[in-house]
Amino acid sequence: MASGIKDKVAILGMGCSKFGERWDAGPEELMVEAYLEAMQDAGIEPTQIDAAWFSTHIDETGTGKGGTPLSLALRLPNIAVTRVENFCAGGSEALRGAVYAVASGAADIALALGVEKLKDTGYGGLPVGNAGTLLPQWAPTGSAPGNFAQLASAYRDKHNVSKEDLKRAIAHVSIKSHANGALNPKAHLQKAITEEQVMNAPMIAEPLGLFDCCGVSDGAAAAIVTTPEIAKSLGKHNIVTVKAMQLSVSNGLESQHNSWDGSYFHTARIAAKKAYLEAGIQNPRDEVSMMEVHDCFSITELVTMEDLFISAEGQAVKDVMNGFYDADGKVPCQIDGGLKCFGHPIGASGLRMAYEMYLQLQGRAGARQLKDPRIGLTHNLGGGPSQNVCSVTIIGAHGA
Amino acid sequence: MAQQSIGLTGFGGYIPRLRLQRKAVVQANAWVAPNFAGRGKGERSMANWDEDSVTMAVEAARDLLGTDDDRSHVDALFFGSTTMPFNDRLNAGIISAALTLDENIRAVDVASTQRAGTSALMQALTTVKAGEAKNALVVASDHRKTRAASAQELDFGDGAAALSVGTENVIATYLGGTSLTIDFVDHFRGSTDDFDYNWEERWIRDEGYTKIVPRAVKAALAETNVPAGDIKHFVLPTTFGVKFVQQLAKMSGIAPETVRDTLDANCGETGAAHSLVMLVHTLQKEVKPGEKIMVLHFGGGCDVMIFEATDKLASQSGKRGIVGSLAQGTPENNYLKFLTYNGLVEWEKGMRAEQDKKTALTTLYRNEDMLMGLVGGRCTETGVVQFPRSRISVNPNKHTVDTQEPYKFAERKAKILSWSADFLSFSMSPPNHYGMVVFDEGGRIMMDFTDVDQGTVDSGMEVRLVFRIKDVDEKRGFRKYFWKAVPVVSANANSKTGQAAE
Repeated sequence: MASGIKDKVAILGMGCSKFGERWDAGPEELMVEAYLEAMQDAGIEPTQIDAAWFSTHIDETGTGKGGTPLSLALRLPNIAVTRVENFCAGGSEALRGAVYAVASGAADIALALGVEKLKDTGYGGLPVGNAGTLLPQWAPTGSAPGNFAQLASAYRDKHNVSKEDLKRAIAHVSIKSHANGALNPKAHLQKAITEEQVMNAPMIAEPLGLFDCCGVSDGAAAAIVTTPEIAKSLGKHNIVTVKAMQLSVSNGLESQHNSWDGSYFHTARIAAKKAYLEAGIQNPRDEVSMMEVHDCFSITELVTMEDLFISAEGQAVKDVMNGFYDADGKVPCQIDGGLKCFGHPIGASGLRMAYEMYLQLQGRAGARQLKDPRIGLTHNLGGGPSQNVCSVTIIGAHGA
Repeated sequence: MAQQSIGLTGFGGYIPRLRLQRKAVVQANAWVAPNFAGRGKGERSMANWDEDSVTMAVEAARDLLGTDDDRSHVDALFFGSTTMPFNDRLNAGIISAALTLDENIRAVDVASTQRAGTSALMQALTTVKAGEAKNALVVASDHRKTRAASAQELDFGDGAAALSVGTENVIATYLGGTSLTIDFVDHFRGSTDDFDYNWEERWIRDEGYTKIVPRAVKAALAETNVPAGDIKHFVLPTTFGVKFVQQLAKMSGIAPETVRDTLDANCGETGAAHSLVMLVHTLQKEVKPGEKIMVLHFGGGCDVMIFEATDKLASQSGKRGIVGSLAQGTPENNYLKFLTYNGLVEWEKGMRAEQDKKTALTTLYRNEDMLMGLVGGRCTETGVVQFPRSRISVNPNKHTVDTQEPYKFAERKAKILSWSADFLSFSMSPPNHYGMVVFDEGGRIMMDFTDVDQGTVDSGMEVRLVFRIKDVDEKRGFRKYFWKAVPVVSANANSKTGQAAE
């Protein structure tokens, strides 16, 4: 078995733009905003970067294809730039590329940056596009909420949860995230919400109402990675290292084989198991200090709690209602506000999640700072419940 | 000795679920068409937005053919309609592909006249008689567009009928028939027009029906040596009312009480399909073995056929037909929805509807049985079925390679695993319902739902699969077809957890 990535790579610096409806900024400005913060944090010169990984999903909305948009915006010194695209998990994928480059010794310092400019479409929600020439001839012309909402119908059916109980539990998922986001100046949505607001909001895709859906925003986030030794040599203390990076990709089982019941993420369970093994975590419910999960929709977060083996199967409703994932709970989740309050600029989200874990581990999270977190987990999902890519990344204090 | 008996061997029918209440039409148009005030009675059938003459024909044919995978006995297909979606692409070819009929069949479109249905049937009878085919399938279907506040809007309906023609298990023997071809233009629809242009009704009645129909009847009776008094069922579509048809029958010596229901009250006139729709309805409701039926259709002359029912007619008792279709209606009081479905209202579809709907014809052909016939794959080694078919099996226990044979899903029993009612994505009938459909005998497909009663859908519910329009490419005049799931609302529609009752 491979020795894994644990403690081979350190995070040297990170940056994150203000997320939101950035009418003032194009993808270039967003990229520069995240990059400059990360560079300042890392304390290096552009010429010290050996290679870059660039994540953006929807090139039609202005960012463009290939590696050039990043190189042009940042005026990089003609280094290698690899564009990665893996649906909504692209940000984590960019980080994985940079981390692997450093771990292999091919690069001393590598940059990962993700960006998405969604608010140039003229309408709310994600841009509509065609997926090749075959899929549009038979697959439903649905939407992200419509696909993820199906988790709810299958989960209710499997675990014998009433419509009302599940609706209230997923409402609490959003209420908790908004409470956290209200403390985050970089979040798109910074207002707390009430259960009444959530329950009475307009329906988007049964049973998901407006507040069960994450925002749609523009944003960028960046990470600069190196080896722990180089980080130390650059005078860094309190070093945060990568413990695990796993990615699991559907092979058609969920969408074509009747062994999947529609109520959970097959890939998330595989990626989580592998990540815990790689990080040496035996009891995630006790050992994981905090999480940023892919809460594109409230129901996604709820079932993910079980897929990551934090809540036992069928028990997420109870844990959520008991405040287990609240800021003052046992495993705080979405302590920065999550996708719910940051919105979901596709290519950037995975890096935005890592940014919050990194700040928390370094004790730099301001009003949101948790007490002594040691291990942070990010879960970044691309695609829908029946066909997706799922990334689970674990970072923590060096030596933890 | 008599010649081999040729005739009808089966029937099927389809009338769309929605029934537009004429009262709603008349009330909405009272400001501009007060002359229709007295016509707000009954209902007319109304196709869903994703139905056209082809999809309705497929439904009628499926009713006739039943759920057997093997349809190789059908060796000819005749499709009659005046509202075929394509001017140059064999519409019968689309129907054939959807029904997964054998490629070695003769398939013909019969168009351009209200007689298209009867003419298609006559061609089938002639073909079988000539020994060119053994089992011919005839489908007739129409979905005519009408102007708002027109008489046709109230008179017409949408629907389809299917008949099979052969020499074995004949349910109604063909005794003979005749056609009159006269360029009597009571109405016309130019090749570039969406709507009919109609001449004065009194002229059509007095100079058209009254003079042409009796001539055709007389010729058919002479041709078959059947005395007029032997006709027990007189099947003639017209919008002039039953009394007028009784007069016409009487003029030819046929008893007025033989005149059969034109389905004006609960269906409306389904164009070129209507004589066959009425025939199927009559065969289901009225006919006894040994009785003679005269079927007519007026239009640019007149077609007449005479059949005699046999004791095999009872073999069709399990068919939905027209009687069953009419019993499965849902009243629709929203006239604006009818106008919208028929493209008569410019409505705000939103930017999401701007998505390009271009179809890659290469991809369509490469995956033809999958897209048109809902054919997936079955692993010959493990028996695992899947959709779509693939070289490497999806079976998690054994990814066998190149072991799959075609496997038909369209007639298999299935249930809803997961679903949503989506208000965000564009739909002609919001909210957009879709979900994962799981087949009892294996396999699953994430698919669109249609003909949904909002609020009744839940996991565990049974679905029936139907061939429908998936998307319309308005820019290029093309339309995509695929299969959709219709949730079946029934007393025992049970979710495993009993949530459906909530």
